[in-house]
Formats: sequence, C-alpha cells, structure tokens
Amino acid sequence: MSTPYYVSPDQIWEDKKVFVDRGIGQAKEVVVLEYNNGLLMVAENPRRTIFKISEIYDRIALASTGRVSEYETLRVVGIREAEVKGYTYYREDVTGKWLTNLYSQHMMTIAQAWDVKPLEIELLVCEVDGNPDFRSQIYKIAFDGTYEEMEKFAVIGGRAEAITEKLNETYTEGLELTQAMQLASQTFESIEVEETEPYQITPHTIEVGCLDATYGRRQFRRFTVEEIAEILNHAS
Amino acid sequence: MLKPDDYGKTDFLQILKSRCPDQVADWNRLNSTHNTLPHNYLEGTTVLALVYNDGVIIAGDRQATEGFQVGERRIQKVFKIDRHSAIAVAGVAGPCFETAKLFQVQVEFYEKMEGISLSLDGQANYLSSLVRMNLSLAMQGLIVLPIFAGYDLKQKKGRIFKYDALGGRYEEDTYYAIGSGGKDARSTLKKMFRPDMSEQDALTAVVEALWDAADEDIATGGPDLIRKIFPTLIAITEQGVSEVSDEIVAGLFDELVSRLG
Repeated sequence: MSTPYYVSPDQIWEDKKVFVDRGIGQAKEVVVLEYNNGLLMVAENPRRTIFKISEIYDRIALASTGRVSEYETLRVVGIREAEVKGYTYYREDVTGKWLTNLYSQHMMTIAQAWDVKPLEIELLVCEVDGNPDFRSQIYKIAFDGTYEEMEKFAVIGGRAEAITEKLNETYTEGLELTQAMQLASQTFESIEVEETEPYQITPHTIEVGCLDATYGRRQFRRFTVEEIAEILNHAS
Repeated sequence: MLKPDDYGKTDFLQILKSRCPDQVADWNRLNSTHNTLPHNYLEGTTVLALVYNDGVIIAGDRQATEGFQVGERRIQKVFKIDRHSAIAVAGVAGPCFETAKLFQVQVEFYEKMEGISLSLDGQANYLSSLVRMNLSLAMQGLIVLPIFAGYDLKQKKGRIFKYDALGGRYEEDTYYAIGSGGKDARSTLKKMFRPDMSEQDALTAVVEALWDAADEDIATGGPDLIRKIFPTLIAITEQGVSEVSDEIVAGLFDELVSRLG
C-alpha cells in the first residue's frame, strides 16, 4: 500500500473555499430588505417555476442562491423539520434561529467531509414577527455552515459585496412595500449597468416574495408578474 | 441529509410517524379486552354544509357534551384548511381535533413542497385515510365524522364531501349535516334548499337548520345570547374562505326569532 500524500488542513480548506467561490461567483443574487411590515425578498430569476425564494413556515422564508438541486434539498429538509416541530409543540415555537442552526449543521457536516464536495450555495433565513424587540431577523449562512446575523438588509450571490455597498448608501428604514420593491429593482439595474452584457430587469426577470406581519398566520406571499409590474410601474 | 428516497415524500403523517411516533395516536392499541372506556371525553354535536350559487357554506354549533353535561360552550368545530376549503368535525372531540389539525398541516405541507395547492379531490381523498386511521376507535363507538367542503377552482362550484367511519368518501351535490342534531338540521335544509341560492338565502337556511338542531337535540347548542356565543359559519367562494362575523350571525338569528315568533 502506498503512503498517502500529506496535505495540510489549511490547504484542504483553502481549496474548498476557492472551489465554492467559483460556483457562487456565477450565482445570481437575492436581496432581502426590511420594510415597514416585514421583509421583502427580490432575486434575479427569469424562471417561472424554479424559485430562489420559498416559504418554509408561518413566519419564515428561505432565500437561496447557487446550485438549485443543493438548496432544494435544504428547502425540503427545512419544511419537514419545521412542520414536525410545530406539530409537536406549537406553531410559534418554530424560529428562524432554530432553522439556521439546522441548516448550519447540515452544511458544516458536508463541508468538513473529506470525500464529498462542499455545497455551492448561500442561504438567507428570513423571519418576521419572531421577537418583539426586532421587526425582522435575517441569518446569512455560508457553504461551510458559518452564519451571521444581518440587520435590515442582506444580499447573497456573486456580486453580493457590490450590491451591499450600494444599499449601504441608499437603504433607509421604514420603507413601504412598494418603495422597498422599487429600491431592490433599481439596485439590480444599477449593478447591471456596469456589466458588459447587462441582465434586463423587468417584472418577468425578477422573482419577488415577502413575509408580511399583517397577513395573519401564514405571512409568506409570492408576487405574480402582473403584481410586480403594477407595483413597479406605479412607483416610477 | 435527506436520502433521495425521502425527498419526494409529501405525506406529512408518514414523516411524523417515522420521526416522532409518539405524536401520532395509535388507536389500534385499543383492543376488545378494553371494554371499559373512559366516560369523561367530550363530544362535538352538529355540523353541516350547504351549496349555493357562489360556493358553499360550512357551519357548526359551539357546544361539546360530556355525557349529559355541557362539556364546553365555545368549542370550534369548523376549521379552515387552505384558501378554498374547510372541514367541520362531529364526534369524539379529542380525535376529531387531531384529525382536523393533521389534515390542515398535511394540505399546507403539500402546498409548500410542491409549490401548488393540493386539488380539492386530492384533499378529500387524503381525509378518507385520516378517518380510516380512527377505525379501531370507531369500533368502540367513538366515532369521528367530518364534513369537508370547498370551492373547486376548476369546476367553478362549491362541493361537499361526507365520510363514513370506514373512510368511505361520498360527494353531496346540495347539502349535508351530521352529528347528534344532524338529522334535524338535514330536515330543515331539505325543505329550504333551492338550486342556485343566493348567499343571503343560504345563510338564512343554515341558521334555521342550526336552530332546529338545537331545538330538537339536547346536545346541540343554540345561539347563547347571554354569553354572546354564536355558531361558526364559514363561506367559501372563488375569492377564498371567509368567516361570517358574529354580528351578522346574531342578526340572522334575530330575524329568525321574529319570523318564528
């Protein structure tokens, strides 16, 4: 039997990061913004049935980017576990932080395994109405399961940093839903202008969902193309 | 992580059974040697549904009995299932509510997994299996009987499904009522039903049926004017499920009383 080559943990970890960054670098972005009644999620996504934004539970939604098949599994895991937990205890006991830890553990386990490729995805767990002290909570989870708490807005995807910089200047608190949607679409437009082959931002090419604390128990809502068009036209 | 085999599973009950078996009542553990059943359980009484031109109304009284006593005056027997359907349950309260809760979670679970609502027929079929789950309970005389009603977006009409204790599913085109006062309510609905009724006429008929059930059946609760407790009425149309407010229901009973008096 031949002796395996020694590879330092630093090197292994560095390789995995480079590999994932290359995948995420090409991924379209999702922006999540807090508005006066909840959280708005907007993604560059021309597909009509394959989503980046999805409902997990009453007050919780998932925004994801990267490989669809990989985040799809986590979406399903999240819904299953949330329903089981909510059925066992009470619906309000299902929280965003709990779901974030669940995802984090799954992703960390895969990232640390030596014989599997890490997941090429980034996630935002979005929650409204969970804690009376905050209007919303957003958790950003990286491929290796590390996560951080975001305030007011968050971005995932290839150009997340550039978009975050823009939003740092333009985002204000207490936006109306229509204003928040307009801000998100303008932010995407301004980032696309800098591209050699810009992606057209139209109601058909963005996916929009929200968690609105005024909707009663199920707070998630997905906007149709017509609804998006109406809001964006009305706003401009 | 999820095994590929598990991925396509959309049956919440099976997932719950495999993950937390203690959360699902296993009535099959009851057997014929346990002849002495506890007596202190609650029973829900009258529930009904009626088709009208815009959809369907589903309703129930608010009383539950415990033997010959009033067990609960404010119980809810009618539950919204999804945007276009609702269930009303009569029978032994505990398993009734468990059935309704499981059914609601299942339909919502399916919708989230698939991204589209479970069809009305799909919902009605699934409910069959939930009712059948309580079979051994039914053998002991503890029966759970639901009425399921919804607006069918494809057929553009309100539909009513009734069940028997063995899980048999039957569709009613017009109206149905079940529970201890079910027969009395059915008699009234039979006399008052007309094809293509307006919502107002339908509500009037439903309120009169509930009144007659409460009048003839000691277990069914009528409107409680002192405590301000009124039966639950839910209208389901193309626009979705909406509960008829207590004020409107109280007004309908006032009209009925002046008509009868």
